[in-house]
Amino acid sequence: MKHLLSINDLSKEAAIDLLNLAVEMQQVNTREIKKIPALTGRTVANLFFEDSTRTRISFELAARRLSADVINFSVKGSSVSKGESLKDTVQTLEAMGVEALIVRHNHSGAVNTIANSDWSKAVVINAGDGTHEHPTQALLDSLTIRQRVSGLGNKGDLSGLRVLIVGDILHSRVARSNLLLLRKLGATVGVSAPSTLIPSTIANYCDEVYFDLDEALSNSFDVVMMLRIQSERMNSAFMPNSSEYSFGWGLGDTRFSKLNKNTLIMHPGPMNRGLEISSKAADFDQSAILDQVTNGVAVRMAVLYKLLAQEKKND
Amino acid sequence: MTNQRTIFRNAKLADGKVVDISVVGDNIESVGANLDLEGTEINCEGLIALQGLVDLHTHLREPGFEQRETILTGSRAAAKGGFTAVHAMANTSPVADSAAVVEQVFALGQAAGYVYVQPIGAVTSNLEGKQLADLLKMNQSRAAVTVFSDDGKCVSDSLLMRRALEYVKAFGGVIAQHAQDPNLTVDAQMNEGALSFELGLAGWPQVAEEAIIARDVLLAEHVGSRLHICHVSTAGSVDIIRWAKARGIKVTAEVTPHHLILTEDLVKDYNPIFKVNPPLRTEKDVLALREAVADGTIDIVATDHAPHTADSKDCEFGQAAFGMIGLETAAAVVQTTLIETGLIDWTRFQEVLSTAPAAISGLTRHGQKLVTGNAANLTFINPTAKVIVGSESESKSRNNPYLGLELCGQIVHTMFEGTFTVKNNQIQEIHHD
Repeated sequence: MKHLLSINDLSKEAAIDLLNLAVEMQQVNTREIKKIPALTGRTVANLFFEDSTRTRISFELAARRLSADVINFSVKGSSVSKGESLKDTVQTLEAMGVEALIVRHNHSGAVNTIANSDWSKAVVINAGDGTHEHPTQALLDSLTIRQRVSGLGNKGDLSGLRVLIVGDILHSRVARSNLLLLRKLGATVGVSAPSTLIPSTIANYCDEVYFDLDEALSNSFDVVMMLRIQSERMNSAFMPNSSEYSFGWGLGDTRFSKLNKNTLIMHPGPMNRGLEISSKAADFDQSAILDQVTNGVAVRMAVLYKLLAQEKKND
Repeated sequence: MTNQRTIFRNAKLADGKVVDISVVGDNIESVGANLDLEGTEINCEGLIALQGLVDLHTHLREPGFEQRETILTGSRAAAKGGFTAVHAMANTSPVADSAAVVEQVFALGQAAGYVYVQPIGAVTSNLEGKQLADLLKMNQSRAAVTVFSDDGKCVSDSLLMRRALEYVKAFGGVIAQHAQDPNLTVDAQMNEGALSFELGLAGWPQVAEEAIIARDVLLAEHVGSRLHICHVSTAGSVDIIRWAKARGIKVTAEVTPHHLILTEDLVKDYNPIFKVNPPLRTEKDVLALREAVADGTIDIVATDHAPHTADSKDCEFGQAAFGMIGLETAAAVVQTTLIETGLIDWTRFQEVLSTAPAAISGLTRHGQKLVTGNAANLTFINPTAKVIVGSESESKSRNNPYLGLELCGQIVHTMFEGTFTVKNNQIQEIHHD
């Protein structure tokens, strides 16, 4: 594996290896001096064509804890007509000797375009591309599930586990990467959303489909993952308005109170409190939302270490 | 020069008959076995002689986008592909929505001298879909436009489409519709289905094409006008057109070579070379389209040759331009997908790539039978050649989706109005004196 563009780039074994490596990185993150010299003298670039403070700083922290040099390159808009082309930007960073490109882009597949091009020899890590994938988010979610759901232990896969993903399945890169990874790791995955936000071909990607969230929640899922709902969906007739969404598919106080106490509640952030999730649900003990953030750093350390220190050595 | 005689010896016609064809000036002098005539002999043993090919859907890009193609380079690519006539689409800059622009395109085509360049006029002013363009003036101009299209955009307004159909009936015109409901295809990048979801690319549902075709055949029936459907891409569209024809509606339909051979699976790596409008569809659609050419539901194959600069394909998929070049490979793709598979014979090949497109447009010197007195617009194909498509091209652009693919058949000679434009696989330099 040279790049991490999609969960499809990982075998089940490779995914579990990465999670186990992330567990080791978590230990680094609990030390007083949270730094190891694994990537000393290596340069990685955060190349962000879309705003995302949390993912960017998570990757930045991960790289710094491995002693890499980090540069941040933010580009507003990527239209060829408006400014520099993707090719020129990537070639510029290549000319500066950047060894890894952590890319967030508003266009699906932009990371594949970079990786498949002859513009750069750098390792490409997908930090979220359009409505395609966000593989490190899925990895950190699986790590969180593995550590938070009792009985799963700290190693191995997620077989036997039931995970429900609620929200904009059609447009969410978090959902795509999670559907691929959770099933690869043996979990049973259900989705719930308004039918306008579930593609007709969803049967290829999940095990259970619920247009009715209450029915879904009564089907004993171990994990409920709420997705952020984008306000622009309201403007393209996917649903009437935000209150209707909240009424049908939000994890409000009433639905939350009916949940089994052991159900793990997750959200990739940033949350729309009161829309897809109530504060009561988000802030309760059953919520793993802050663990997800913490684990993000460890998972991204593992990915950088794997691609830059281990895989490169094998070349 | 013009009174010299050229004799093509032992060429096989579409119907299988082996004949000699003699050409004097710009006309066919005679066609028959063992012609007892003297002149420049061209041995055509093993070659198939066809009426010069006619493309009803070509983007020559001039005026306005000369960095992609000019009328001269596009004409040369057409000749290389065996064409003797092409129809230049109206989405230039300025748009071909006035007599002045279509006459300019027509004149540049004549000056280039490789093929007959028949301009297509825009249906609506500046392709805006709001007001009809100067349809009558374009028809009465020296360019004598009969085909009108907003290609690249759909005439989506039902009332405007009805009026356009009615209006051009008066002078025998035809509206060539780019069937794409704009509201159903906002930001659409590829065929809607399992793969578009997996790739996270906004889907282009088949119904966006089919709903417009269904509406338009009913409009054409209601007003009794001729309708032509550009680049049909789905199995569902084929069903609707078949139904319309059975009902007696005056509709003709075209398919592109690429929709006969390529499928959406090629988009998997986000390679913008395979980004095209309408998008590549599924295997099921490809097979339905091939059947439709064979059974007559689809009348013609037209290239939708759409040159783009390297930059506009060397970028993010979502940012890249739609379209692929196809003039030089069209005949070989049709042979490979339809003749080699046994779906059609050379007679049908000649119909879909010459007779029928010329008839839709009303050309009188193209798409005519190879008989004494008709124009010497001829194409000679070596049907046994197998060619691996390379990047060389007479086109200015290189957005060629067939690179590395092996195709059957090769254009050996093209003769346009009695002059070789391609001879022994080589493009000829046309000298104007």
